[in-house]
Amino acid sequence: MADDDLVLEMRGIRKEFPGVVANDEVSFEVRRGEVHALLGENGAGKSTLMNILYGLYRPDGGEIRLNGKPVSFSSAREAIHAGIGMVHQHFMLIPVMTVAENVVLGTEPVREGVLLDERVAARRVADMAKTFNFAVDPDALVGDISVGQQQRVEIMKALYRNADVLILDEPTAVLTPQEASDLFEILRTLQREGMSIIFISHKLNEVLEIADRITVLRRGKTIETVPRQGATEASLARAMVGRDVLLRVEKQPAGAGDVLLTVRDLHVRDDRGIEKVRGVSFEVRAGEIVGIAGVDGNGQSELIDAITGLQKIESGTVTIAGRELSHASARAALDAGIGHIPEDRQRRGLVLEFSIAENIALHDYAKPPTARSGWLFPGRMVQRARTLIKEFDVRGGGPLTRAGGLSGGNQQKLVAAREIDRDPKVLIAAQPTRGLDVGAIEYLHRRLVAERDEGRAILLVSLELEEILSLSDRILVVFEGKVVGEHTGRVSEETIGLEMLGGGEKAVA
Amino acid sequence: MTDPGPSPAPEQAAETGTLAARIALKQRAGGIVVPIVTVVFAFLMSFIIVAATQHSVHTALVVFKEIFEGSGLNWLAHPTTNLFNISAYNLSQTLLQTTPLILTGLAVAFAFRCGMFNIGGNGQYLVGLIVANWLGVDLAGLNPFLHILLCISAGTAAAAAYAGIAGVLKATVGAHEVISTIMLNWIAYWTASWLFGAGGALQNSQSPTNPVSNQVSPGARLPDFWGNQGFQGLHVGLFIALAAVVVFWILLNRTTLGYEVRAVGFNPDAAAYGGINVKKNFIRAMAISGAFAGLAGTLDMLGGAQNYQVGQLDIPFIQVGFIGIAVALLGRNTAVGTLLGALLFGGLLYGSFHGLGSSSVIDPTLASNLTYIIQGLVVLFVGADVFILYVWNSRKKVRRGPPGAAPDRAEAAT
Repeated sequence: MADDDLVLEMRGIRKEFPGVVANDEVSFEVRRGEVHALLGENGAGKSTLMNILYGLYRPDGGEIRLNGKPVSFSSAREAIHAGIGMVHQHFMLIPVMTVAENVVLGTEPVREGVLLDERVAARRVADMAKTFNFAVDPDALVGDISVGQQQRVEIMKALYRNADVLILDEPTAVLTPQEASDLFEILRTLQREGMSIIFISHKLNEVLEIADRITVLRRGKTIETVPRQGATEASLARAMVGRDVLLRVEKQPAGAGDVLLTVRDLHVRDDRGIEKVRGVSFEVRAGEIVGIAGVDGNGQSELIDAITGLQKIESGTVTIAGRELSHASARAALDAGIGHIPEDRQRRGLVLEFSIAENIALHDYAKPPTARSGWLFPGRMVQRARTLIKEFDVRGGGPLTRAGGLSGGNQQKLVAAREIDRDPKVLIAAQPTRGLDVGAIEYLHRRLVAERDEGRAILLVSLELEEILSLSDRILVVFEGKVVGEHTGRVSEETIGLEMLGGGEKAVA
Repeated sequence: MTDPGPSPAPEQAAETGTLAARIALKQRAGGIVVPIVTVVFAFLMSFIIVAATQHSVHTALVVFKEIFEGSGLNWLAHPTTNLFNISAYNLSQTLLQTTPLILTGLAVAFAFRCGMFNIGGNGQYLVGLIVANWLGVDLAGLNPFLHILLCISAGTAAAAAYAGIAGVLKATVGAHEVISTIMLNWIAYWTASWLFGAGGALQNSQSPTNPVSNQVSPGARLPDFWGNQGFQGLHVGLFIALAAVVVFWILLNRTTLGYEVRAVGFNPDAAAYGGINVKKNFIRAMAISGAFAGLAGTLDMLGGAQNYQVGQLDIPFIQVGFIGIAVALLGRNTAVGTLLGALLFGGLLYGSFHGLGSSSVIDPTLASNLTYIIQGLVVLFVGADVFILYVWNSRKKVRRGPPGAAPDRAEAAT
């Protein structure tokens, strides 16, 4: 294909964040009228690359050419003006305004200089909806329409601003399967109109369904760009995950004891009412690590929240050390002996404005010795913090340092210190090493194995397959809210990778 | 949860959120410097306004001297207990104004610490005032100590329950407390008008045509400790307000209740994860907040006011809840800060009203409006301390180079 078919070229893009190289000499090109998938694991640098293209980040190096001309955007406004549209994973819509108002926002047709010409706006949006078969009522309030329709409003926003390159950041993450296939229909229509689409995803089946070409990123580097023809789920998974040597953790075989956590036929809906956990059953014994592998958004978060009492259970049971806690509060779950390293330490695991000492007291602030009959003893809080800071080697401050001032790794150590020090029977570790450097990862891995050997039941949930493989004594693979595979002993990354993407049902039966 | 790719800038993400959370954040960020700069800016700006409108820097200087002397703060230079000394008298009146402001300031601050914005100080103040008047009139003849205690506790409890309505609405149906407390303000206002208005249940039986309440019985009045009743002396309510400052601090920093309040205020998600019942805390913190404001109402009723008139006399009182917001903001939602903020606003209120009203420095009508201008500017600059903080921080940034290296100072929460 001739070079003048390229609508977008990104060459040698480099972007560093403190401690992380998010994009390392990444090259990426898009032809006119193609759907080009950008594939990679979480943290592979897909979103960073697209945020650079959209003017949200400044690259540290490299060149971007749009229609053959070098460009450099310092804001999204400039990128939009140059014809780039982006639909973010989290929509940027105003729920109390109508579809038409949202679409024209920022570029409103005006009458007499200042007044919004709502009729013109509604008509233009209606025309557009009809042309592309969007099936969205321009006069409906955005808050009243479905998520799939809201996504179409985002796409219309981009079209209204004359985008000819459209970036979709994991567009199906929030959609039901039906909504996803509707979206693909729309994308094909847009493609026929000559639009170029960049489709960010880590779901192999989708990519193979919609994309013309696929570029795989891994750890900030371009691994390969391949046409869809000839690509298979297995070949893409290999490129995505890599064949690097696994970071093996030294550990003895598990000496599993009593069952401490039992989950039976659990069903959980998320806040939007979508059933995310659909009949999950498993048990975890004392002295074993059970790893839950799966692509982000397949019900892992809801599963953990249900077990820890943070999310309501639709049906099914959760039993901890013989006590049924199916509809218990978070307090009751904690008191029954659950320790929980949450997946988002900043949003949930820590009160960043609190001191280290106050954060260590987060679960047991009302219990002796920290408190008695409602009275708090900050001195004892500080004392306990001092001990744990030493034991867990939390660096960057003393007991009175604000937790928000610590580095990510030390914040995570702080959370782990608190959870382990409670002496839980069941320890749930969700993404325990996300965003940490190698040293901290190693520490936490060894600590988890040590806690297993102490006789705790450990449930490890991670999006990092390597982590699951190296730590777990038993692996459960979840896909769309169901356990689709269970493995003990040696198992290849490819097998699990395929199951994670829904490709392994036949094998499991 | 979905994760939008790598999150290399972790510090930025968690710190956004609700208005209350943002205000709480900025409250902690600038230490003691920002409030002082804020006040200096406000006074500087009002000085410029006076100087410009009067075409005289000298007049402006005199105006501010009059405000200062009107507030009685010059008493500090020549302390005397003799209330016939004008500066002593002025100071006693300033402290009289300060008393309810301390409490409404604490009310706003307490709700803020739980991540809520209580704009309902006025309504809660009125509820306390109504109940104190009702019991203060009806139970005449009771042992004075018991009578006062009963009036204060009943008024405070009623205001707590009244504010609790906003907390319950927030916890159950998610109604925003800003909206519900504003509506509760009006309900309290019109209820007071109806009760004290002509023909109302608590209306003064001696003068049936006046929209004014009965006087509370002498036994229920808070004794003056400085000055005398006839001259509107300073009553012991000031000490109750000061005690409330101590209670506020202990409650927040030395009880598990306070720990819960602060955890919820900073990060409700983390609080829930920690096993704290967030909804219960919304209700409880709102009730405690209302109790502070209600206490202000009871003290004003049993102390200075003794009766309540719909129409005119209520005007200065009805501001009390709103000024409390400025007091709490300026005081950065801390106990001591709120006390100092209340003193500033108390002095400004009485000093500008009295000092300028009785002097001939400028036209009296202009003088009374100038009071509001200065107050408005202080409130404006208190609200602008985000900006001041920004200027302050960028100044540091220029000097030190790029951010990131600066370690966080451990800031003991007071």
